[in-house]
Amino acid sequence: MTISAKTFEPRQLKNSLARWMISAGGVSVLFTLVLIFMYLVYVIKPVFESASIEPETTIQFVEQGNTVAVGVDELKEIGFQISEQGVMSFYQLRANDQHPVGEQLLIEPLLIDDETLQKVRATTANQYILLTTKGTIKVVQPAFLLSFDGDKRMMKPAVRYPLGEDAIFIDENEAKIVDFSFVMNEEKAVILALTEDKRLIKTSLIAEDDFNYDPEFSAEYQLVQEDVEAIDFIQVTPDMTLGMVASNNEVSVYELDSDWDVPLKGQFNPVIEQKANITAMALLSGSSSILFGTDKGKVLQWFEVATADGREFQQIRSFGVSVDEPVTKIYPELYRKSFFTVTPAGEVGLFYTTSEADLWRGQMLESDQQLMAIAPRANGLAIAGNGELEVLTVHNEHPEVTWSALWQEVWYEGYPEPDYIWQSTSGSDDFEAKFSLVPISFGTMKAAMYAMLFAVPVAIAAAIYTAYFMPPVMRRTVKPTIELMEALPTVILGFLAGLWLAPLIEAYLPAVFLLLILLPLATFVTAFAWYKLPKNIKVMLPESFAPLIILPVLILAALLAFYLSPVVEASWFGGDMRKFITNDLGIDFDQRNALVVGIAMGFAVIPTIFSMAEDAIFSVPKHLTSGSLALGATQWQTLVKVVLLTASPGIFSAVMMGLGRAVGETMIVLMATGNTPVIDWSIFQGMRTLSANIAVEMPESEVGSSHYRILFLAAFVLFVFTFVFNTLAEFVRQRLREKYSSL
Amino acid sequence: MKTWFKSGSPWVWLSAAGVSISLISVVGLLFLIASRGLSFFWPSQIHQFELQTAQGQTSVVIGEIYDRERIPASQLNNAQVDLGDAESVERYLVKTGNRELVNLDFRWVLEPMVQQQSQPEDVAVIERRTNGNFYGFIEEVYMDGESVDVAKLDSFIDRVNELQEDIEQLQGTDIGAINYELERIRLKERKAELDGMLTDEVKTGFEKRRQELAAEYKELEANLNKLRRDVQRDKIVVRAMDGQTVDINLEQVLQINFNNQMGFFSKLGQFFTQIGNFIGDDPREANTEGGVFPAIFGTVLMVLLMTVIVSPLGVVAAIYLHEYAGNNAFTKLLRIAVINLAGVPSIVYGVFGLGFFVYMVGGSIDQLFYPESLPSPTFGSPGVLWSAITLAILTLPVVIVSTEEGLARIPSSMRHGSLALGATKAETLWRIILPIASPAIMTGIILAIARAAGEVAPLMLVGVVKMAPSLPLDGNFPFLHLDRKFMHLGFHIYDVGFQSPNVEAARPLVYATALLLVTIIVALNMTAVSIRNRLREKYRALEH
Repeated sequence: MTISAKTFEPRQLKNSLARWMISAGGVSVLFTLVLIFMYLVYVIKPVFESASIEPETTIQFVEQGNTVAVGVDELKEIGFQISEQGVMSFYQLRANDQHPVGEQLLIEPLLIDDETLQKVRATTANQYILLTTKGTIKVVQPAFLLSFDGDKRMMKPAVRYPLGEDAIFIDENEAKIVDFSFVMNEEKAVILALTEDKRLIKTSLIAEDDFNYDPEFSAEYQLVQEDVEAIDFIQVTPDMTLGMVASNNEVSVYELDSDWDVPLKGQFNPVIEQKANITAMALLSGSSSILFGTDKGKVLQWFEVATADGREFQQIRSFGVSVDEPVTKIYPELYRKSFFTVTPAGEVGLFYTTSEADLWRGQMLESDQQLMAIAPRANGLAIAGNGELEVLTVHNEHPEVTWSALWQEVWYEGYPEPDYIWQSTSGSDDFEAKFSLVPISFGTMKAAMYAMLFAVPVAIAAAIYTAYFMPPVMRRTVKPTIELMEALPTVILGFLAGLWLAPLIEAYLPAVFLLLILLPLATFVTAFAWYKLPKNIKVMLPESFAPLIILPVLILAALLAFYLSPVVEASWFGGDMRKFITNDLGIDFDQRNALVVGIAMGFAVIPTIFSMAEDAIFSVPKHLTSGSLALGATQWQTLVKVVLLTASPGIFSAVMMGLGRAVGETMIVLMATGNTPVIDWSIFQGMRTLSANIAVEMPESEVGSSHYRILFLAAFVLFVFTFVFNTLAEFVRQRLREKYSSL
Repeated sequence: MKTWFKSGSPWVWLSAAGVSISLISVVGLLFLIASRGLSFFWPSQIHQFELQTAQGQTSVVIGEIYDRERIPASQLNNAQVDLGDAESVERYLVKTGNRELVNLDFRWVLEPMVQQQSQPEDVAVIERRTNGNFYGFIEEVYMDGESVDVAKLDSFIDRVNELQEDIEQLQGTDIGAINYELERIRLKERKAELDGMLTDEVKTGFEKRRQELAAEYKELEANLNKLRRDVQRDKIVVRAMDGQTVDINLEQVLQINFNNQMGFFSKLGQFFTQIGNFIGDDPREANTEGGVFPAIFGTVLMVLLMTVIVSPLGVVAAIYLHEYAGNNAFTKLLRIAVINLAGVPSIVYGVFGLGFFVYMVGGSIDQLFYPESLPSPTFGSPGVLWSAITLAILTLPVVIVSTEEGLARIPSSMRHGSLALGATKAETLWRIILPIASPAIMTGIILAIARAAGEVAPLMLVGVVKMAPSLPLDGNFPFLHLDRKFMHLGFHIYDVGFQSPNVEAARPLVYATALLLVTIIVALNMTAVSIRNRLREKYRALEH
């Protein structure tokens, strides 16, 4: 060889460079698919993670004496404490350039000299109510004032007195108070209290203007009940409509919204079946549910349910907190339906009601007497220890989502029974999003099924004829024409389905059902007529022209169906089939229903199925058919017994591919259905599918929220669905190809 | 009969019916779109109906007949008209326009109520910039407040249209450029501030430029105001169907036609003018009237960008699969990946594109390169670039499959010949294989373009909007704005057909848009198929 190394090398280098780059390009395809899969999983994963709690900071209290209340601000920058002397003090929790960690920022004595603190209660609106031994209360609210000095952000604590700095007597007669519950908004404050002389009283403080600006109010006093022995727990719902008093395991519910009297709404014993005692009571956020802790280690959720006899409190679910220890404290979160439980040994548990999630458990406190408070954004806990304040971080972003809540029936507050519901947004603030994937998965299945019902017979019939009976000249034009339909944008099919087909079907409903009879009938009649034709004409019009012969007949049959439609309607359905269906049969009728979707999406999948099934049938080796025909079988026998049998895996994979396409189709279902997430097989009802749901809700969902991640989960479900269908179809096809080549 | 059934012939015919149904649906669908879409452009006759109710009240309705249908008399509980014994009644859907006089653009006219129907020659169809069409008789023409000859109307309209064009040019392009420049200065200043480079000298520089721009703006604004006054000079007085006379300032008027006076050829001329306007004009009235130019432009630009991305990737992957990959499990896995990429629902690509490209990649780009405009996102929000990339992944399998088919058809003797002559594999590929396979690659790319042009669902998440304020390509540096949102023909159909306030009025336009889209896609597909067929013939010749 005389090729010198010098000319050889750069070429070889180029060659291996090309090989390397092309290989990288090829592998990138696989990489892309894996990337999509991994990214979807990456976004979904946090939804199913359990909660975790870890220490953040600990600071020393300067103020002496026992602590009766603690808390932190929204950003966990400043913590506060109320001591038993009635002094409120604020501490820096996170260092900045003005204040080191632990610095005492503000000291505010809340009581005057002759007042002694008896009890402190906290409300869900971040107010602290100090009850004195005299029977007066004082309401304080820690405030955090944000200001900017240039680019510098400064946070300053302050104490607000929304009802003024003067002590307020709860009782008209200035009696001492044993226990009370307090709730306020900007217009009024309501107090339900038990006095030392055994009266249960309700006191309303009505703002003259608005408590946000003006602490002036007028008081109204009402007697609820006399001779009330000791009570265990007392609560007013944050919306001020109900008051609940528990004594000796009996819970009495009072209606508080009337100005004239305070009637007893009902009484129930939540623990009678468990043979337990109530050891804790709390209201869940949203003020519909009550939580009871029992001495058997359970937490029971109760709320009002509409029954035949009106609204009644019922036990909805129970949580096993501990086997042998009682649940003595329940701390509900402010905005979500999560709650913390504490046992006497100081074991803390974190639960979420609706999803029945058991999120976290651990030994965190020394005993149940140790003070604990939840940070306003529920991302932290403040615990008052031995002269110190411990702040913990709580990671619990998506407690409402669990696998079972997504796929099983869930009993939501205010619903009469457990149900599958998808309802992601609403106008009101205290709305609880309901994420059940069942109705939209069902909708996907329903749409796909009706589409397949329409598409499979037509597509496979067409494929059989085109591959087996059609002369090659005709096949060369027919096949690309039908395949052209696959290229039609689905947005156009959807638009025609929604704006043209849906009103047409509504107006000519009987015609659709007439078509089901008339089209096959017309086919058979034509076929029979052709069969009876004299031989010489048959030669001129061979059977291989059947599609062309039958084409005008079918069009005429369709026209006949539409012509007869009003006649049928008038004679059998009282002039209006739609009304007949709704009124006489009691079936709801949507204009954009499963029938429309089935037809429109059927058209979209016909070419997919047709094309692949036709390929499978056409590539059945010719010697098989020739053998069968030579042995005396008719064309039809050969087709059924030899060709279709051999090609059946191919036809199966064609149907799988079609199904995959129908499941993932977005625009047609988006435009041709009403997009209501109902579970109903009725052909006259609409549905909402996974894909349409994503298209509708994704642009509005907040990045990183549970809703966003669940929409990703919906996409992931679609991905997995179609992955299974496609891989199965491809696998079967590969096998078939190997079989053919071996034949 | 029995032998007939036994022969299987009925079933053969039934399967033939399957073919016929498929054919009828394809052709019928195309025919439906074509007829509805084209009739949108054809100037229709204007009818004048004199109506009389059963109570003897008479009224006049002037408009275009949009639709007619027969309904059973029992469905009508209409006391206004005496139906007699008729079982069914014909009714017309008439577009009456004149939005300032009546609430609805359309009304149903019952045939029995019609006393007289005529097509008056002098009814004018006044197409306006806002408020839709006006149908009526032109009574007078005023120039600058003085009544002048009606014949001058044509020249007035031409003048107004010229002035309006100038106004648009000033408003959109010139003033738009100044606003864009001002925004850029603001960002530059902010960037300098973030970098700690904002000295007084730099600041005065910016301030000076700002003042220059402000002066320029003042001048343009004065011009604009003058033009706006000019354009309002003339007006016409029109008598509507109910006898009311209405003043219409010519500023509002796009064109005036007397459809009933037109012969076939002038109608044909008008037909093509309308098609031209539809393609070249901007949309008006919340997209329900006017043209679709920005949507065409957005679709084309996005698809071009996508082509630039998908072509090399798809071709390289196909070459790897066919020329380099061994017959092993990994190759099988790759093929399954290709099939799956083709089968994954398009909305999943949209979700992936939104999460990965827009929020993750785009968000990072913003942090690194555009900190000055944060918190408003530059690439961290849906845009044309992300749409193109998302659709590139979506159409990747189309290019791969088509290219691979082309590669498979090249006889191996050609490869062997090249290699035997001493060429390396890369040289063989570059000099021999790729040139021969280029039509197949072309086919793949065209099919990918056709697919991308019709895809809407993923775009709804990654960049398409109903009304983009500016095109992604304009005269302001850097000319191609990849971060901008864009309009798309497919989404336009969805949006106008389903989200617009006046669906009934917008429907003809949706049909026209659908026709446009279908024409583009069918043409692309036919081209691809014919290239492929020609290629097959060529290879067949090579083999012998």
